[in-house]
Amino acid sequence: MPQTLDALKQTAAQTAGPFVHIGLAPRAAGFDIFEKNFSPVLVDERTEGERITIEGRVFDGAGTPIRDVLVEIWQANAAGRYAHPADRQAKDLDPHFRGWGRAAADFETGLWRFETIKPGSCIGRQGRPMAPHVNVWFVARGINIGLNTRMYFEDEAEANAADPVLNLIETPARRKTLLARRETRGTETVYLFDIRVQGEDETVFLDV
Amino acid sequence: MNRSRELLPWDRALQPPAFTPGYKTSVLRSPRQALLSLHNSLSEVTGPVFGPDDLGPLDNDLILNHAQTGEPIGERIIVHGRVLDENARPVPHTLVEFWQANAGGRYRHKKDTYIAPIDPNFGGCGRCLTDENGSYFFRTVKPGPYPWRNHINSWRPAHIHFSVFGSGFVQRLVTQMYFEGDPLIPICPIVQTIPDKDAIDRLIAPLDLNASIPMDMLAYQFDIVLRGSRSTPFENRLEGN
Ligand SMILES: [Fe+2]
Repeated sequence: MPQTLDALKQTAAQTAGPFVHIGLAPRAAGFDIFEKNFSPVLVDERTEGERITIEGRVFDGAGTPIRDVLVEIWQANAAGRYAHPADRQAKDLDPHFRGWGRAAADFETGLWRFETIKPGSCIGRQGRPMAPHVNVWFVARGINIGLNTRMYFEDEAEANAADPVLNLIETPARRKTLLARRETRGTETVYLFDIRVQGEDETVFLDV
Repeated sequence: MNRSRELLPWDRALQPPAFTPGYKTSVLRSPRQALLSLHNSLSEVTGPVFGPDDLGPLDNDLILNHAQTGEPIGERIIVHGRVLDENARPVPHTLVEFWQANAGGRYRHKKDTYIAPIDPNFGGCGRCLTDENGSYFFRTVKPGPYPWRNHINSWRPAHIHFSVFGSGFVQRLVTQMYFEGDPLIPICPIVQTIPDKDAIDRLIAPLDLNASIPMDMLAYQFDIVLRGSRSTPFENRLEGN
């Protein structure tokens, strides 16, 4: 017998179940318990950057919105830097931007939305810049292990064309599943990002 | 210390696959295309940082955090453990959130219609940050098993749901903790989505008499292991020199 490596085995994931809101968004479950609540609003009035709303639904393989889904996003600030010690790019941090938010879908419509800012471009592997993007993770009943994807901005055509991750997707039609569509509603800029878990136009999910 | 390191991948030999027909809801909620494998960039190895300001003083005390007219009904328990990574390093100052049914198996949720009653003194959720050693603990009452619609007469074993962050966003883990000795564990379709027997056993918290409080409450220990980082230093390439 060779020596054994003293590594631990990772804990297995289990579904978040239909009542995930109790723990992660209790107001959506129908009660108020915490003094401070996490929210889908990532900005306050002092945050730097262009205000945007990100809105979408997650659809199952039958085309029905997953109305119990819980979505989280993680993104860089307007300068393209993440508020985390491992990001040491020479760019300013924004003290008024954590870059993370959590949203529960509406139980009737399945719609979720975030109020945030458009992230800047940040550096990728081997110094190749990554197009501005928002990292998306979600869980729901029937999802055994959280699904990860990225949302890119349709109106960043030039940056998207050079993005190292988008370029890994061979089929152009599949690449499009990661592009959010821009819409203007009065003074509000909305990016629409629907996610399809299965079937026609299935979203590209990441094994990251 | 802050050197960027790539995270080790999900261990697919022990993680549940997305499509697990025994758990029927997964059938329409599982991707059919292969996932796109990605080397880590800054987007994966970074993640949100939380601090004490995000929490309130009773957030890790489910016995008191929703008490209205008295304390909740049920077996009083402590749940404690450590959050580590695969390299056996503690994961300090990370956010751990938990939620559960009450002692009768009923959730305080507008979509739960089980006949067991709501406990007016029990909310069923809490959260805390691990300390510098990766340790966490909370007080609660032991949740009851409950029926659900999968096959006819399906029952969930008693369990507590957990959500953990880690340092990089892709370490994010949602799982469930079970209790030693529960006969419903081996026949639960959700437990059985995990393809590895030892990985299932590691979700079962043993009774920990040493951590119990005599004449007050029993304790269960539940350690959580997140994805570790590659032990070869990643030489700053994540930032792209
Ligand atoms: Fe549950």
